[in-house]
Amino acid sequence: MIRHLLSAADLDVDRATLVLDTAAELANLASQEVKKLPTLRGRTVVNLFYEDSTRTRISFEAAAKRLSADVINFSARGSSVSKGESLKDTALTLQAMGADAVVIRHPASGAPHRLAEWIDGRVVNAGDGTHEHPTQALLDAYTMRERLGRIAGLRVAIVGDVLHSRVARSNVSLLATLGARVTLVAPPTLLPLGIERALGARLRTSFDLDAVLPESDVVMLLRVQRERMNEAFFPSAREYARCYGLDTARMRRLPQHAIVMHPGPMNRGMEIAPDVADSARSTVVDQVTNGVSVRMAVLYLLLGGSAK
Amino acid sequence: MPYPVSGASIPSAPVSSKSDSTDIPFDQATEGKAILAPADVTRVVDRIAHQILEKTSGAVDAVLLGIPTRGVPLAHRLAARIHAFEGIDVPVGVLDITLYRDDLRLRGARAIGHTEVPAGGLDARRVILVDDVLFSGRTARAALDALQDLGRPRTVQLAVLVDRGHRELPIRADYVGKNIPTSLDELVRVLVAETDGTDGVVLYGGRS
Amino acid sequence: MSAAGVPRKRNHDFLIKGARPLGRESTDLLIRDGVIAEIGSGLSSAGAGIVDADGLVALPGLVDMHVHLREPGREDAETVETGSRAAALGGFTAVCAMPNTSPVADSAGVVEQVLHLGLQAGLVDVQPIGAVTVGQAGERLAELAAMADSAARVRVFSDDGYCVADPRLMRRALEYVKAFDGVIAQHAEEARLTAGAQMHEGDVAVRLGLPGWPSVAEETIIARDALLAEHVGSRLHVCHVSTAGGVEIIRQAKARGVRITAEATPHHLLLTDVRATGYDPVFKVSPPLRTDADLAALRAALAEGVIDIVATDHAPHTVEDKECEWAQARPGMLGLETALSIVLEVAFDALGWDGIAERMSRAPARIAGLSDHGHDLAVGAPAHLTLVDPTARWTVDSTSLASKSRNTPYAGMTLPGRVVATFLRGEPTVLDGKATR
Repeated sequence: MIRHLLSAADLDVDRATLVLDTAAELANLASQEVKKLPTLRGRTVVNLFYEDSTRTRISFEAAAKRLSADVINFSARGSSVSKGESLKDTALTLQAMGADAVVIRHPASGAPHRLAEWIDGRVVNAGDGTHEHPTQALLDAYTMRERLGRIAGLRVAIVGDVLHSRVARSNVSLLATLGARVTLVAPPTLLPLGIERALGARLRTSFDLDAVLPESDVVMLLRVQRERMNEAFFPSAREYARCYGLDTARMRRLPQHAIVMHPGPMNRGMEIAPDVADSARSTVVDQVTNGVSVRMAVLYLLLGGSAK
Repeated sequence: MPYPVSGASIPSAPVSSKSDSTDIPFDQATEGKAILAPADVTRVVDRIAHQILEKTSGAVDAVLLGIPTRGVPLAHRLAARIHAFEGIDVPVGVLDITLYRDDLRLRGARAIGHTEVPAGGLDARRVILVDDVLFSGRTARAALDALQDLGRPRTVQLAVLVDRGHRELPIRADYVGKNIPTSLDELVRVLVAETDGTDGVVLYGGRS
Repeated sequence: MSAAGVPRKRNHDFLIKGARPLGRESTDLLIRDGVIAEIGSGLSSAGAGIVDADGLVALPGLVDMHVHLREPGREDAETVETGSRAAALGGFTAVCAMPNTSPVADSAGVVEQVLHLGLQAGLVDVQPIGAVTVGQAGERLAELAAMADSAARVRVFSDDGYCVADPRLMRRALEYVKAFDGVIAQHAEEARLTAGAQMHEGDVAVRLGLPGWPSVAEETIIARDALLAEHVGSRLHVCHVSTAGGVEIIRQAKARGVRITAEATPHHLLLTDVRATGYDPVFKVSPPLRTDADLAALRAALAEGVIDIVATDHAPHTVEDKECEWAQARPGMLGLETALSIVLEVAFDALGWDGIAERMSRAPARIAGLSDHGHDLAVGAPAHLTLVDPTARWTVDSTSLASKSRNTPYAGMTLPGRVVATFLRGEPTVLDGKATR
């Protein structure tokens, strides 16, 4: 396996498939009498969270604990970090404490890459700035495979604030690796200039959600922060919802089998209408469940590597 | 090094700790010494099937759980022979022990196999674990731990095709096809037709 | 080479044997009383320190119009003395120190302090640059004439890393400095287009998820300032041009006769944005590293003269300001000790030694108003010169640089050309490749 999971691009098709297959086996074990596995007994996993993200932290924590790892939650608030300790000093502290793996969420793109240079343990990127969130892409891929039976050849529309979305970047990369065809749909202000050239791999873009929906097996809605309208990315929440929000009428344009995904937390009424979020097509709850299995798989495969 | 996708053997350097798995490297170029021929394997499986019938009073409540990789076809063969001898259908399952191994740090993560518990479950059953080679005893130890998380059998027994000695844990097999005295630098490889194209037991290496 | 028996006394005579001025035929140079006293073959002078310069190229002392010496205020990153030593080792005899110190060099008092620190170090002439606006805040003009009249005789004014954004203020500044033949050196950046920006806006930024610094943010200001300078007939100097589009605007302005000059940095001539892959902030700089196309345009413009000079934008930063997250790191790189080697690497074929002397000594001295510097080696000229071994190759080791900081982006690179000796007003500041003090 790889040493760290910093970017979805770290995974080639074999490794990505191994993560998904491992997650599937681990999901089966979730139904056995004793859910806790002894696999990572004696290993220490640190959740180093510089941003509040209760759902991601809890998901990683549940994953590590199911594998019997010791979990230390280290959040920036109320810690030495809020007293101005640098990331490097924090890294050296974790190193001294014998952290076998550090799961890091950080507002600065690339912070996990820096961390990986400073510690011997494994680093898992749990979301860095506007860069990547690779385990989200893995759980999304897992959910697609579970619901639609495959990933290769799927037509996936990713809709919303691509410019600021680490979820979109990781999904574009992983889905390309696994053979899906991705179309990014957003107002032009929220699509990075030249993104097709930069990220390549059969990527398409569109400004017209209605035209893309009938040709989509998956539509993935990204969270759009209302504050973006203060930076003139779009005029108003109402106009955004009218052009790019998925409501019931729009959902009818989707093929019968298509699913609707959202990484959460949702802005109901903004990018997704409440009826859509709660519909049978919605995989939002599955995504949360699958997140634990996928993160167990990632921790198992990274920490199972030979001792240093 | 990439991990093998499920079922494949682990191509790694000779390990520092012993493992009961026969998925261990051996030099294909080295001429191995045949210990059991295909016909011998058939006879040994038959004998174990008879022993199981005797020791479990006709395999009442018995469940055969094969330990991947080669324990699984062996478990199915034992069930088939028991059926042939007595007409009894013994449920067969698969017990993957990957997540219970104690050599994760040494050997690295492996692809997780699929555990299958037969329909009747394991509670109050006589579970017979089936593996190809008994060596250090660590696989059997991991299997006992895994079993504990799946249910509460009445008894647990162990059947192996080959016992090559060098136990590191207080574990013994209830049914042994053949005892093969070996030195630590030798490798014992069990071949079964279902995965290897032929049956047999081959001894490799050792000081010449 | 050797300088055996050189006593540490000022205005000692030196006889440089066998140097090749601007790479031409080898000759001897006799330095006496801080000036070049004689040039010719077979010179001798009783009691002069002999410098064996066989095979070495003699250049007029290099002049760097854009450095940060961090003193006063950030002496943990650099001091005037350590920065001066780095400059001398890089072959420089004069540097212009940017005003973004603490306090900001926006008054006669601070520029005189910097001047005196430079004289005290005595390794290069340190010419302070004055801030255009009070506190570099972009709101009120600083007392530019007071700085011009001070002992520091400031002629170059700049708000350095802060663009003078207000067009009316910029116009006034351009006009005001005409009274003492000053020049406004502008950091061209439309800040409204670079809010939060971390690196060049392009493919690499998209991949790395770092907010982009678009080329157009630089180009709009260059265009605006060129028009303003044209309108009021003033001198404008464009700092660290980094984009092909900026080059094009300057080319057109020059063709119209606008009094505009421009600099490029060694790093923008050698490195591109792909260096950001890996997120090591040693490659974070403002303006950011751009693309291959920009790099090619800059090299061509330097050869052509659209870019008048090379300036380092030497920007020392402490380990704490670089060993951190990319977004948290301060922008800037060391440049003084590697500048000549990088120019040799990227521009020697186009420029030759004479062109390098023009871009790195004569033109910057002219633009900055340093009348004592930038003179070709001639009898009677001030003895500011540097001797370069053109055949040497050396590998940059961040720990053996004279700068107090370690943030060189060239660590581990092997570069051509090594400064063997530097003379400031006839005094050796570097001999045998080592600083004399």
